[in-house]
Amino acid sequence: MLLIEDLQVELAGRTILKHIDLEIKPGETHVLFGPNGSGKTSLLMTIVGYPQYKVTGGKIVFKGVDITYAPIDERARLGIGMSYQRPPTIHGLKTRQMVQICARSDVDVEGLARKVNFENFLDRDVNAGFSGGEIKRSELLQLMSQGADLMLFDEPESGVDIENIALVGETIARLLEKECSATATKSRLQVRRDRTKMGLIITHTGHILDYVAVDKGQLLFNGVMSCSTNPREIFRCISEVGYEECVRCTIENS
Amino acid sequence: MYDREQLKEQAAKALDKKAPLGPDIDLMGFRTTSESYEYLSDEELKTLPDEEVQRLLLAGVDVTEEGRGGTFFQKDTSVIHCESKQEGIEVIPIRQALEKHDWIRDYYWKLASVDADKYTAAAETNLHNGYVIRALPGAKSIYPIQACLYINTNGLQQNVHNIIIAEEDSELHVITGCSTSPHSKKGAHVGISEFYIKKNAKLSFTMIHNWAEDMVVRPRSVAQVEAGGLFLNNYVCMKPCRTLQMYPTTHLVGENAVARLNSIIVGSPGSEYDVGGRVYLKKPGTRAEIVARTISNGGRIISRGHLIGEVPEIKAHLECKGLIIKGGLIYAVPELEGHVDGVEMSHEAAVGKIAQEEICYLMSRGLTEDEAVATIVRGFLSVDVPGLPPQLKAEIDKAIEMSEKDVM
Ligand SMILES: Nc1ncnc2c1ncn2[C@@H]1O[C@H](COP(=O)(O)OP(=O)(O)OP(=O)(O)O)[C@@H](O)[C@H]1O
Ligand SMILES: [Mg+2]
Repeated sequence: MLLIEDLQVELAGRTILKHIDLEIKPGETHVLFGPNGSGKTSLLMTIVGYPQYKVTGGKIVFKGVDITYAPIDERARLGIGMSYQRPPTIHGLKTRQMVQICARSDVDVEGLARKVNFENFLDRDVNAGFSGGEIKRSELLQLMSQGADLMLFDEPESGVDIENIALVGETIARLLEKECSATATKSRLQVRRDRTKMGLIITHTGHILDYVAVDKGQLLFNGVMSCSTNPREIFRCISEVGYEECVRCTIENS
Repeated sequence: MYDREQLKEQAAKALDKKAPLGPDIDLMGFRTTSESYEYLSDEELKTLPDEEVQRLLLAGVDVTEEGRGGTFFQKDTSVIHCESKQEGIEVIPIRQALEKHDWIRDYYWKLASVDADKYTAAAETNLHNGYVIRALPGAKSIYPIQACLYINTNGLQQNVHNIIIAEEDSELHVITGCSTSPHSKKGAHVGISEFYIKKNAKLSFTMIHNWAEDMVVRPRSVAQVEAGGLFLNNYVCMKPCRTLQMYPTTHLVGENAVARLNSIIVGSPGSEYDVGGRVYLKKPGTRAEIVARTISNGGRIISRGHLIGEVPEIKAHLECKGLIIKGGLIYAVPELEGHVDGVEMSHEAAVGKIAQEEICYLMSRGLTEDEAVATIVRGFLSVDVPGLPPQLKAEIDKAIEMSEKDVM
């Protein structure tokens, strides 16, 4: 479980997040909406542990461990993974090697790559000259190899073409164990209950909702977060009356 | 026999001539004689003490000769092994060539000048030995020839002169390792190299230096590439040495000749490197590329590059990238000289530190900070060399990998 309590974060001397509360239970996936610059990426980077995002109040607890000030790699090993919006290029490091690094052991790189249609990119340097859509697939490939328990997706569908959007959506659903068909030994309900993977997905378009069953919607506005149990409802509300109005009504309703 | 009287006279006049670059070295502080060592058979070569074998491996020299087309091995002043296992490829100690082969006069000191500075002069005045490696017309080497210049005696100044000739339509690969014995810390290495790449020939020359803290190194090399020829020159130096200065020059004298120079240098504390590459593009269609990757973890590195375009329709690019990871200094000096309309020349120079963002990215995939830094450094040093046989690429990667732990 991920538990964030009254989190306050400063970036370059400015408070960008305040009074953030968030609880993601095992098996749950939330979506995160919010206008440009509202601090969505900042929240994810803070959870991952980027040191420039200074926590000035509150705490982050993951799997019962207080990770508020833990280094990035410790969090990664604890099971936090991220699909970045704008990852850096690493010259001289092949994507193939990166996928191996993520796995921390032997892994069928080609096999994984095939699932996101990325075999032809394995011998290119990580993110070097990748197009917007290619970056998304590369990030998903790394997450597949990493096998994290909490996965943070920063706009996974933006910049992805119509044909690849289904691929991206289905891959995320698979990563989050969303396909809940009954197995020989378990009913559908049991499969759903046994699900442990957690997800937090930033989206502007809401397209991802067509592929991934989402439990809750979060809305970040002016550095403050409000929550609703119906993500589609939030999305519809944003589309109709805008972020600000929508925040007001979710707060009133909660 | 070639008496070299005139050369010796010229050299005598230049014995005190300072080199324009690099700290001046008083060569009187070194001895120029050593005991002589016996010639070793293939089998005996394999029985060298393990610590020596390991030092040699770091310089890309494999005493088992596995995957090698021949070996030249000079220990101090003696040639202890010299053999080619490939038809059409000759390996001869240069003193023997000077005694027995008239053709050597067409190459010996024909590109490099004997009176360039005190080091070239010393190499002629007191020539210990060196190698001549020659691929006959049309010969294609499958495995690289390995050459090793090894300093065993502490305080020795080793003077060598090497000549490499790739005759028309031939293909030749050479890997040269320079190393000191584990017990020898101080010494000087003066190495003259002259490269002749004839019409449509291809030469790849990979040099790995594995010196000791108190070594003075002064290589002097000049290459000439004829029409359609290709010269690939790779240089790796990841171990400390007190001072190393070289500015190898390549002349592209035939149409469509190509030169690619890559160097990887790590400057450790107490070390000073002044290293560059210079290419003259003298005929239309010639191309040159110089790529330098330098890392300083406390040493001083001057990284030079100089491209001279003398005729139209040439293309040349220079890339100097430096990374400072634990203090020290990197001074990049890229120079471009276009003499006529229609040259296409560019350069790219950058000196910096490892980006925090890249470290964090890798850490978020589970690497520790140290592992992340090592991964980025390895990436920085991995330069793709088009046309280099995979086996030699593997040798370079191995040399880098084996030295990496000293870098971090
Ligand atoms: N290095 C920085 N220095 C100063 N301000 C920064 C820095 N990086 C980000 N910011 C600011 O922090 C705020 C939050 O940015 P963040 O990237 O978290 O927004 P976002 O919600 O992800 O936006 P988008 O939807 O456009 O991706 C923005 O106003 C941004 O300009
Ligand atoms: Mg963002």
